[in-house]
Amino acid sequence: MTEQAQTGAETAAVPAAPGEARTKAGRNFGSQAWYFLRRWPVIPLIIMAVLLVAGIFPGVLAPEDPIRQFPHFRTHPPTWGAVDEHSSIPEPQREDFENSGDYSRAIREYHPRFNYILGGDNLGRDVLSRVVAGARISLQVAVIALVSGVLIGTTMGILGGYFGGWTDEVLMRFVDMWNALPFILIALVVSVTFGATTGVVMLLLAMLAWTPFVRQVRADALGIRSRDYVLAAKIAGATNIRIMLRHLLPGTFSTVLVVASLRVGTLILAESILSFLGVGIPDPIPAWGKSVSEGRNFLREAWWISFFPGFAIFLVVLSLNFFGDWLRDRLDPRLRQLD
Amino acid sequence: MRRFIIRRMIFAVLTVIAATGVVFFLSRAAGDPLLLYATPGYGLTPDQEVALREALDLDHPVVVQYFLWLGRAVRGDLGRTILDQKPVSRIVTERIPASVHLGAAAWLFATVVGVPLGVLSAVKRGTAFDYLGRSFALMGQALPAFWLGLVLILVVAELLGWLPVSGRGNGFWDVKHVVLPAFTLGVGAMAGYLRLTRNSMLEILDSEFVKLARAKGVASQKVIWKHAFRNALIQPLTASTLILAGFLTGSVVVESIFAWPGLGLMAITAVRNNDFPLLQGIVLMLTILYVFMTFVTDILYAYIDPRIRYD
Repeated sequence: MTEQAQTGAETAAVPAAPGEARTKAGRNFGSQAWYFLRRWPVIPLIIMAVLLVAGIFPGVLAPEDPIRQFPHFRTHPPTWGAVDEHSSIPEPQREDFENSGDYSRAIREYHPRFNYILGGDNLGRDVLSRVVAGARISLQVAVIALVSGVLIGTTMGILGGYFGGWTDEVLMRFVDMWNALPFILIALVVSVTFGATTGVVMLLLAMLAWTPFVRQVRADALGIRSRDYVLAAKIAGATNIRIMLRHLLPGTFSTVLVVASLRVGTLILAESILSFLGVGIPDPIPAWGKSVSEGRNFLREAWWISFFPGFAIFLVVLSLNFFGDWLRDRLDPRLRQLD
Repeated sequence: MRRFIIRRMIFAVLTVIAATGVVFFLSRAAGDPLLLYATPGYGLTPDQEVALREALDLDHPVVVQYFLWLGRAVRGDLGRTILDQKPVSRIVTERIPASVHLGAAAWLFATVVGVPLGVLSAVKRGTAFDYLGRSFALMGQALPAFWLGLVLILVVAELLGWLPVSGRGNGFWDVKHVVLPAFTLGVGAMAGYLRLTRNSMLEILDSEFVKLARAKGVASQKVIWKHAFRNALIQPLTASTLILAGFLTGSVVVESIFAWPGLGLMAITAVRNNDFPLLQGIVLMLTILYVFMTFVTDILYAYIDPRIRYD
């Protein structure tokens, strides 16, 4: 612990970000914008905002129902928003059909509201809409990570850090043991025995989420425990619970925030792995990992089925990690050792 | 040092017991395991049912069943697969070399690329090298392995035709086959090593003894490689535990994408076939592999950093 505190003091002396040392004044617009981008995580924040909107109001961004199938558009290549003869006018299948008066209905049936901007998947669903709809699962994962991490992880960290001794030893060994469990294999077994439902997947992720919180919060709690104000509270007769809630917990806030923002990305990846292996989110709920797996067999003729959902995972996790790093440098350089 | 090793060994054994125990109890929670072997009412007389139960140890409580299994596992008997009644231990040990091969190749890639890049990034801090290194690290940790694998298959194997799409080829020396899977599996670890090496290098380059060495006029290269680098290695080495744990998860995914005939691919097959004895054996093997590697890293760590030994 003392080792950690010592190195913390050393890193704190180093300027937090190379961008900060630069001056603001006397630059043209381009370099000002560049400076702004380097100093603030603008792009990650935009991506996270899009994720939020897509997860809560998918209708705003998704042009089509993500589970509706248009057989006409199976493995239709991305139009990138342009109108071509394939995507704009569906060819009537039969002559008599065209004249039957059902043509307009058929157009509605066959033709989605927008062109297949990112293409159609193997069942003729709109890839873009499925990517947008998949955001909801990722948001749920994020919420799970936060709740589990904050409730279980922070509680255990504070308990361990505050009481120390045996409590601490037992808790830390438990965390070590927990980390050594082969999560993916356990997830495979669980989904076979209990069936893969959204609830089961979320429970699994919640069980995975909390461990990094413990160690970091514990380190914080250890540091705060020996502060004068905690001692004063103790002398004033505050109970253990009161000290932990009123004096220790607020001090760990920035740590929890940083760990959470870095953890969410890992968990989104974990969820997508489960979905990819077919033991995650069940059909027909769209999930990114699942979409990637669906496109596996069509890689050659329709790369876009797998590519775009996977790219969405990449972008979101990248943004979260970038944001987490930025937050860490801002709030607490000591946490640099976290990884 | 001896106490340290003993403590780590006890912990390693406990970890194996915990991991296999969790999987065992979970697999028993599904209901009567006898159903996996025989459907009731399909020509199984009550006598035969009792005999089968006895043969499979199902007449004991679950906890006893687990320890019976563990006792046999220690002696090398992991039971038989449900699907074709082959001994699990033989099937599993056949698959170990492939998994170790892939894991070692990925680890080699991760360290050989990640650690020097981390050093470079730290030494040339704030330059284009640093920028590139940090971007690498950030991206590598955000790439979903299964997606990267598919993209690589599409571009490198299918379109360019440089490397084979899947399989292990002719074993260990068939390097062409291992390149893509090892890269896919190793990218995350590479990013992790890069980041950690960079961070600890920066920290140590800033410390007093390095400044002293520089002030004494020690050559820059010598300061970096002899004074700073050796000390900076401790942190990435400790983190190897987590990185190797990542390989465990990764191997299931990567082996399934590249049809690599290792334990991970077999785990997926076992799950699809509801083959619990096999899955149990795979979990045991993977956990032992993982725990063994963790153990080695721990010892190495204690050897390098004397402070740890007397914790």
